[in-house]
Amino acid sequence: MSTVTATPEALQLIDEIVADHGPVLFHQSGGCCDGSSPMCYPQGDFRIGDRDVKLGEIGGAPFYISATQYEAWKHTDLIIDVVAGRGGMFSLDNGREKRFLTRSQICEI
Amino acid sequence: MPNDQTHEFKGVGVMPFAARYDNFIGGEWVAPKSGKYFTNTTPITGAAIGEIARSNADDIEAALDAAHKAKDAWGRTSTTERSNALLRIADRMEQNLQLLATAETWDNGKPIRETMAADLPLAVDHFRYFAGVLRAQEGGISEIDNDTIAYHFHEPLGVVGQIIPWNFPLLMACWKLAPALAAGNCVVLKPAEQTPATIMIFAELIADILPPGVLNVVNGFGLEAGKPLASNPRIAKIAFTGETTTGRLIMQYASENLIPVTLELGGKSPNIFHEDVCREDDDFFDKAIEGFVMFALNQGEVCTCPSRALIHEKIYDQFMEKALKRVEAIVQGDPRHEATMIGAQASSEQKEKILSYFDIGRKEGAEILTGGETADHGGELSGGYYIKPTVFKGHNKMRVFQEEIFGPVVSVTTFKDQDEALSIANDTLYGLGAGLWSRDANTCYRFGRAIQAGRVWTNCYHAYPAHAAFGGYKQSGIGRENHRMMLDHYQQTKNMLVSYSPKKLGFF
Repeated sequence: MSTVTATPEALQLIDEIVADHGPVLFHQSGGCCDGSSPMCYPQGDFRIGDRDVKLGEIGGAPFYISATQYEAWKHTDLIIDVVAGRGGMFSLDNGREKRFLTRSQICEI
Repeated sequence: MPNDQTHEFKGVGVMPFAARYDNFIGGEWVAPKSGKYFTNTTPITGAAIGEIARSNADDIEAALDAAHKAKDAWGRTSTTERSNALLRIADRMEQNLQLLATAETWDNGKPIRETMAADLPLAVDHFRYFAGVLRAQEGGISEIDNDTIAYHFHEPLGVVGQIIPWNFPLLMACWKLAPALAAGNCVVLKPAEQTPATIMIFAELIADILPPGVLNVVNGFGLEAGKPLASNPRIAKIAFTGETTTGRLIMQYASENLIPVTLELGGKSPNIFHEDVCREDDDFFDKAIEGFVMFALNQGEVCTCPSRALIHEKIYDQFMEKALKRVEAIVQGDPRHEATMIGAQASSEQKEKILSYFDIGRKEGAEILTGGETADHGGELSGGYYIKPTVFKGHNKMRVFQEEIFGPVVSVTTFKDQDEALSIANDTLYGLGAGLWSRDANTCYRFGRAIQAGRVWTNCYHAYPAHAAFGGYKQSGIGRENHRMMLDHYQQTKNMLVSYSPKKLGFF
């Protein structure tokens, strides 16, 4: 079963974002360009769907993934890290010159 | 002083950009209201190559003001006038092809060989295509009964928003701009912050062709400028190319404003090589091998990257022996050199993401047949973002088969019969592209129809001619670009239902 954890650097960045924007949530993206990025939004901005799967919480922020993507990713645990970068579309890490990155470990299904 | 340089082409080795770019709003260069700029870097070396407006909601509003001011007059222009404007844009781009190709190479990191031969010629042709189909578009006259006629007119939507990706910055902008402008809309366009500069040279080159306010380009970060555009109640439509979570968010904002969206969200395209591909050692076999290696085109940063290769088990050894040699013959290096076949990934974080998938692939037990690491080309290129073309072997349940890596990476597996090939091909969340290789017409037809993808390249790959519809099934998006039908996505239908009878109905 897939779980999610965060590196100390990611927890630090979450704290900085929460200090600026209030409570946040994460939604794991897929697809092209910034696909595979863990997107971070103010709670109440991104609408969590009924079928989204909550993998856990990091830094007090709930972390979701779509049901179909969960099926394809569920043999991996996600570790949210931080790397240098600018992108992230509407994610709250955007423009901070560092951004979240999803790393993975194999887990038991 | 922003934008004060004339863009005389000085060769691909000379950085082509002005020191600073403001926004292009209402036909003028307008500084961001906050006064903030961000530093643009080239992925070739990682070096800074100028400043770009770091806009926010205020600048988006200014662009929307300019667009709304222009929309009535632009919407009333004749199709001939708009078509001619598109043709002039195409001519202007063609006259400055080397400059724009050089800019794109510096901004994105892709080889000059590709920008000269693909990105720019395709972008030029796209404007000519929509100039043509606009002239040929018909409204409708339907005779409901002897005295009642339904007229159907095409009308522009008004002001539309467009959010552009960083993988083909200028070409994707042109894919969206040409149909929107042809249909009579005014546009507020937000380029990707990773590749914000080429489009500003484009805007400068064509500024005299379009009336002020018809095209507005506002640069900045997604959160600060993209979101206020996508969620704005003053746009009549939003077009986006990117990934699924942002796609959902854009649909969510559109739902709040009850406006249409077109989305292109990527894929995990299967490239299927049937047993008869290797029947002869001829040109067709050679073409199929090239089709396999197409995963490296544009550094794999293509939504339709053929990133899953499905090869019949009986030809696997013969096929892969040739294919790996072809992969290892790819010349990687400075994208500004004509011989370079694969350049730099578009950003450092993109490089990091690809490396994270190398890590996942190894942990899942996928075998690396070649590549699997970064490349260091020495000198100033050491600061750039280079990844070796990489071939994994594994099975379709692995993450490297299930998620778009957006790098020069292909994951290879085998199939034993056609049923299994189809099952693997369709076992994906996405459905944007697919490749199909066989000498048998019936195999091609049956497979082509059964694959759940919007584009099935059959005995070819990575061709993007205008007039061939491009768009996704499943989670790959909504809408069809690159075709006349995109005009419909930028038009309202006005029905005038006219009675020519002088007689009342008799109800009242």
